[in-house]
Amino acid sequence: MEKDATGVQGPGGGDAGGDPIISVRGLDFFYGPLQVLSDISLEIPRNLVTALIGPSGCGKSTLLRCFNRMNDFNGDARLARGSIRVGGVDINGPDVDPIELRRRVGMVFQKSNPFPKSIYENVAYGLRIGGVRRKSALDEAVERSLRNAALWDEVKDRLGDSALALSGGQQQRMCIARAIAVEPDIILMDEPCSGLDPQATMRIEELIQELKEQFTIVIVTHNMQQASRCSDLTAFLHLGRLVEFAETMRIFTNPSEKRTEDYITGRFG
Amino acid sequence: MRGSVTTRSFAKGRRSFRLGEAAVISGLRCATYVILLAAGCIFVDIVRKGAPVVLMAKPPFVHMEFLTQAPQTLHVFRDEAGVERRMGELDFREYRSRVGRDVASARSYPYAGGGILPCIVGTVLLTAGSIAMAMALGMLCAIYLSEYGGSGAFIRAVRLAILNLAGVPSIVFGLFGFALFVLFFGWDVSLLAGWCTLAAMVLPVIITACEESLRAVPKTFREGALALGATRWQAIWTNVLPHALPGMLTSSILGIARVAGETAPIMFTAAFVMRDNLPWQGLRHAGDFFFQGVMALPYHIYYLSSKVPANEYTRDARYGTVLVFLVLVLAMALGSILLRARIRRSHRW
Repeated sequence: MEKDATGVQGPGGGDAGGDPIISVRGLDFFYGPLQVLSDISLEIPRNLVTALIGPSGCGKSTLLRCFNRMNDFNGDARLARGSIRVGGVDINGPDVDPIELRRRVGMVFQKSNPFPKSIYENVAYGLRIGGVRRKSALDEAVERSLRNAALWDEVKDRLGDSALALSGGQQQRMCIARAIAVEPDIILMDEPCSGLDPQATMRIEELIQELKEQFTIVIVTHNMQQASRCSDLTAFLHLGRLVEFAETMRIFTNPSEKRTEDYITGRFG
Repeated sequence: MRGSVTTRSFAKGRRSFRLGEAAVISGLRCATYVILLAAGCIFVDIVRKGAPVVLMAKPPFVHMEFLTQAPQTLHVFRDEAGVERRMGELDFREYRSRVGRDVASARSYPYAGGGILPCIVGTVLLTAGSIAMAMALGMLCAIYLSEYGGSGAFIRAVRLAILNLAGVPSIVFGLFGFALFVLFFGWDVSLLAGWCTLAAMVLPVIITACEESLRAVPKTFREGALALGATRWQAIWTNVLPHALPGMLTSSILGIARVAGETAPIMFTAAFVMRDNLPWQGLRHAGDFFFQGVMALPYHIYYLSSKVPANEYTRDARYGTVLVFLVLVLAMALGSILLRARIRRSHRW
């Protein structure tokens, strides 16, 4: 499976066998008149960590936001061509409810965005709006999510405190807990460590390793060390195009494209 | 050499520059003082002239009849002992029947006696009702405009209309309300007509302010909720509105002062010069409550100042009314400030 998915997915994309959970075909994406993604094709396999790297403005965050249709809220955003399938379903199809999609495809943002509520209410938020009312079910889900996010021991005695009182790293782990509380299949992470110190970053990276047992993780990162440390596959985007998509090891040791090599060795970007 | 670098880098700038800077600062400061002075003068004048009417030196320190009675004609006369006495219409009648003769020396001054209770009640009712109406409508409109509206031609037209509405003089709102609510809808001069007219007048202010406070809520609150599978309305209801509410209430505070103070919109639509019953008295059924005219403080002040013969007695009544008016608006504004503080405490970010 891994081997199939790691070939460069050029235009028309090689038909990957196995079971890709996200499969993008010939995607063209625009903000108004500006084309931000051109002819992207790639297949992201289950239960692995896939990193999207590339210089600022290369379209990696936009691509990530395509996976849970967060671009819907940007009036200018437009998918001009191509398709995105999640679990085999075209997510831009007429029958797809984006609300349901976002419950299956969670997201963690660049700036940790705790809601100004208690820690408990933050983690329970997704369940509550999904209609879960039973206290015991909420309690159980909050504990499980916080344990999964390696935060339970730090906050179990102060679940009622404001989430804003947590440190930056704790806030981000709480946001991860909040995302996994609704039991998605995929977690999208948009530069989750960009505002954190090295210690907190390390904890999140460890967490990502633990989470990939249960979830498929797609992470956008600016930090190439981070991509090399915690991802299994890496996609390198440049100027809205997918330059190379391969096993992380290969991208960082023996990339097949000159541009990839230039970027990871710091010659541009 | 090190010394020369230091002196060159940190030497004082040119004298003219420094003088210019000082001039700007003192200019700004002067402007602030002028405003402070103007506000202070007005306030002191009102308190100086109004306080003797409303307050007194001995307990209970307030002339209760000024706050608990309706306006009456004031009778000034000399009693048997030759002492000058002032009495409102009701007391005077009773006195006259008691002494059993006409009081020859009595002079009467319309509207200068009694109190202003019906005006206070009327203004409170008018303000509360129209603010509630305007807030409800304004919040809904602001939510639509800022959260759902986008930036199409229709929305731009709506925004333009709101801006225009904000520039319409209040007397025009008065005439509009008179034509639409009083005549066309046949509501007569009534609380309901006054509410609608005043609400229409403050709507632009409230919509604009509500929109501002919605926009001040960080985008991440919306996105965070949406990414967890919230519908747009869920995201707004649970994660945007609670945080925008304090700002929205601030706009209502501004609205209160505006609504309570306007005379023009209510003079054709809601205000009576004189009415014996208080709004809750003499109703045949509950629905009549909305279709009755009320007395109102600003209209009463207007009437005292320009419609009755001016003399020292009406002057007293006028300044007393003004003082009460000022305190009332202050109290209502303070009420919503306290409410806002409470909401803010529970929704801090």
